[in-house]
Formats: sequence, structure tokens, C-alpha cells
Amino acid sequence: MLRLDVGLARPGFSLSVTHDIASSGVTAIFGPSGAGKSTLLRLIAGLERDAKGRIQFGDDIWQGPGRFTPPEARGVGYVFQDARLFQHLTVAGNLRFADQRARGLPGPGWDEAVEMLDLGPLLERRVPGLSGGERQRVAIGRALLSRPRLMLLDEPLAALDAARKADILPYLERLRALHALPILYVSHDLAELARLAEQVVVLVAGKVAATGPLAAVLADPALAGVLGARGAGAVLDVKLVRHHAADGLSEVAHPAGPLFVPLMAAPPGGMLRMRLAAEDVMLARTRPEAISALNILPATVTALVDAPDGVAVGLRIGPDAAQARITHRSARLLQLEPGAKIFAILKSVAIARTDVANDTKLDRSPAP
Amino acid sequence: MTLPDLAPLWLTLRLGLVVMVALLVLAMPLAWWLAHTKCRLKPLFEAITALPLVLPPTVLGFYLLIAFSPRAPFGGAFLRLTGETLTFSFTGLVLASMVYSLPFAVQPLQAAFEALGRAPLEAAACLRARPIDRFFTVALPLSLRGLLTAMVLSFAHTLGEFGVVLMVGGNIPGKTKVISIAIYEQVETIKLAEAHGASALMLVVSFVLLLAVYSVNRRFPQAGGA
Repeated sequence: MLRLDVGLARPGFSLSVTHDIASSGVTAIFGPSGAGKSTLLRLIAGLERDAKGRIQFGDDIWQGPGRFTPPEARGVGYVFQDARLFQHLTVAGNLRFADQRARGLPGPGWDEAVEMLDLGPLLERRVPGLSGGERQRVAIGRALLSRPRLMLLDEPLAALDAARKADILPYLERLRALHALPILYVSHDLAELARLAEQVVVLVAGKVAATGPLAAVLADPALAGVLGARGAGAVLDVKLVRHHAADGLSEVAHPAGPLFVPLMAAPPGGMLRMRLAAEDVMLARTRPEAISALNILPATVTALVDAPDGVAVGLRIGPDAAQARITHRSARLLQLEPGAKIFAILKSVAIARTDVANDTKLDRSPAP
Repeated sequence: MTLPDLAPLWLTLRLGLVVMVALLVLAMPLAWWLAHTKCRLKPLFEAITALPLVLPPTVLGFYLLIAFSPRAPFGGAFLRLTGETLTFSFTGLVLASMVYSLPFAVQPLQAAFEALGRAPLEAAACLRARPIDRFFTVALPLSLRGLLTAMVLSFAHTLGEFGVVLMVGGNIPGKTKVISIAIYEQVETIKLAEAHGASALMLVVSFVLLLAVYSVNRRFPQAGGA
């Protein structure tokens, strides 16, 4: 358990966070830029000496009245947005720098780290010749070889284009599979988080605005303003049932009904995680007939919240919380109110992740 | 042109080397502190460090001569501790040259440490490297250009020193008679052939030294993280 009760004041910015973070799995720190996400990570790593308050990790008090454990004694693996590899060393030299200073500590060995991140072909390369994606892989490997007790990843994909991001994500998933190592992952990209994180801490203007399981936070209509219509929505865990190759579709089973997604390569029987953005959900009072949309599920309205660009409608679809974003006019015409039975028309669903079965099942408790 | 007397040259080179090494030991922590301190007195220390750049060497030499005098607190304490006077001695020359060449060692190092920034050091700290470890394994290797510049400038500047030596060291053969003093004396006594020989030697030594440095310097990485 990482217990935080910290504050930091800077001209034009202040951070104040009192929150406990579970010491397993991936906890995402999400928020708009300038919210203090990176600052919070730096505070946890011990890189902000003028921070006030208390930080406790397990039984160790990293910071408290009259005490401050310097970063080198905390055992955090920090992956910076800009990688920060040492220019004067080769890739192997960078890895060795970490390895030599963490001899005898429990954690992944040299071979394991090199294999996990496919660093073998890069070992003799010099840092200036590496691509952005390669740098981040080396940075992750280097952090791992310092045998950290806690990994801090500060937007490791932010500097990469979409194709490079897709290249790195599988490595981050391998990192997540090291179950003993808790990870704090800063990002403002919800697609990334849906793929990696279980828990989310939403940070707005230096304060915790919401926290809880990813699915609950994303679906909470009260957070619509923070998350935006693209970000807010649902995360649904579904089972892949069968393929309809002729139609170019795969069928998945959700407790509220079958859903069709673009044809997938994965074999039937596996669990998938789908992401459903609020702006991709239409609402209807009666089940629409003769409509091109394939995915229509019965839903119950749970809440109506004013959002900057309309009304955020909280929904319950089977066991899952979801959200739709509609205009004020539509809300009035449909006479929506909590408890109303309606139909959700899903314009598009995105596959966030294909390996949910190996993972801890999402906690479905509602957001606080 | 006759073969020059080599004793002043050897003395000068020895002085340059001793001053360079001693200055590095002194300048590295000083430059590091100047590069990272948030102390309000930083400009004061920067001004003091840069003073030898603007002061006429005779002024510097005059004050040093006063401080080195066995009757002055500093010179007297040194005499009691070592049984040696600082005036008109090689040790005194070394100390005086260190003051004279201090900015040439501190400023390139400070610039290199400032260009380095905090990023690589923070990365090293998160990889369990302690402060001294970080300095020698990260900061210094990434500041090699600055280090080399500091070494060469403090060495070369000491070679070319004249006024301070004349004030503090005098002209004792084998002890304080460095090459610039020897050339001055040769010109004064109209031994122009010897002056030619010694001057040409200095010109060649200095040029070869600087050429070597600038050639090597190109191969070092510029400071900065990635």
C-alpha cells in the first residue's frame, strides 16, 4: 500500500493529494495536462525536496515530519517521458548501470529483462542512434533492472506516434504481468489506460477528483466534464463466441445480449475488453427496427448530469455501467429520468484488450 | 639563434601541471556548487571567482605578495606550519597561479554542469546511484568537454603568466624563473637570439597543445540527456 498525504505549492500551481494506492496491479493517474500528474510521480520518487506531508510505502516511511528518504534509497523504477538514457553509455551500459547498483535485490535478472523487452539486438547500440520507441524500451528495461519495489511510468508513450505506441503497448502488458510489481501509470490517453489499468486516480488542478475501478470511473456521469465525450464511456468485459467470416464480424456475448464487432483473429472462447465511448452511444425509447446499427442493447438510465457539451446519461447495461452523451433537446424529447427503460444503440465499439482472461476481473462496484 | 636554456621551460611546464591538477580539485566542487546553488549570495561568489579575469596581474600580485609575507597572518601561518616562506618560492608561485587561473578552470566546468541539467542526475538517483556516484559516473563523463577545456585553459593560462610571477616569485633560477620571466630578462639584457629561441619554443608548445585539445574535443558528446 502506498499512502499519500502530500502537498506542494508552486507559483500558479498547487498539489494536494491524500490517497491510498493499492500495491498491486496497474493504477492509472489520469487528468488533463497541468493537473499535476507528473509532479505527483516526482513527489513519490523523492525528486521534489520541498514537498510537504507524508509518504509511506509498505512499512517504510519515505517522507514524514523530519525525515526524507532520498530517491536512491526508495527503490522506485522511474520511466521518464523523455527516457533520459545516459548518452555517454551504450544500451548495455545503461542497463548495467542499473543492474550493478541493485545486486542481490529481488527482481528480474539481466536475461529476463533483456528477453522481456527484446533488447538483445540493441545492446551494443549507442543511445543517439536509437528511435523513440527503442529508447522507451531501454528505459523500461533499465528501470526494471534497478529491481524496483514500485514502477512509476510518466506518459512513456506520449512522445511516440500511433504506430510506435502500438509497438510498445505489448511490452507494457508484459510489464504488467510481473504481478509482484505495482505500477503507477500516468497518461491522458484513455485508450491506453483501458488497455493497461485496473484502478484510476483522476487528478484535476492538483486534487484527486475521483478514484476507483477503471470501468466505474469511466462510466461515472459526474466526471463527464473531466473525461470528455471521447473519454467517458464504458469498459465491458465480454466473451468471444464465434466468427461470422462472411459478414466480416465476430460475435461476442454480453449479459444484456449479443454484440457484433469487426472480425477478429483471436480464437472463440477468450475474454475481451471493449471500450465504448459516450459519444458513440445513441438512445431510443423503443427498440428501433430496420436500422443499420447492429448493436442494440436494453439499458436503464441511472443518472442525468449536465456536461459541457450536453447531457451525460449514466446507463446500466446488464451488469455494466456505461454512459451516453446526448443534447439537452434529445434529453427533453425522450423524457429521460433515472430508472427509465430505454435502448442503447452502439455506433461503434473498440477492442481495448484481448487477454482479459489472464487478468484480475474488473471490480464492478460503482464509483464513490 | 642559439639553443635556449631549457630549465625555465621545465619549471614552467611543472608549474602548469601542478596548478592544473590542484585547480581541478578545487574548481570541480566550486563549479558544481555554483551551477546548482539557489543561494542568494551566488552572484557574489561568481564575481569573486571572475575577479582575476579583469584585475591587472600586478594588482593581483601586489595583494598576494602582501598576503604571502611572513609578517601577514596567512604567510606567517604557512611559515610556522611548513618552515617555508611563500614569497619567492615555488609553492608561493603555485598558490598565486591558482588564484590567477581560477576563473579559467571554474567557468568552463560551471557552464558544462549547468548545460547538463538535472534530468540525467534524477534518472541516476532513481537507479539507486548516490550523489558522489552520480557525480563521477554521470555528471563528469557528460561534462568531458567542459573538463578538458578547464584543464587546458588553466594549464595554458599558467604558462603565459608574467605579472603575478614577477611580483610574487621574483627571478630565482630553477625556483621561480619561469619562461616568460626568462624571455623578459633576455630582452632586457639584449640577448635577442636567446629570446628568439625561447619565444619560438613557447609558440610551438602552446600551438601543439591547443591543436591537440580541439581535435580531441570534437569526439566528446555534448552534455545533455536523452
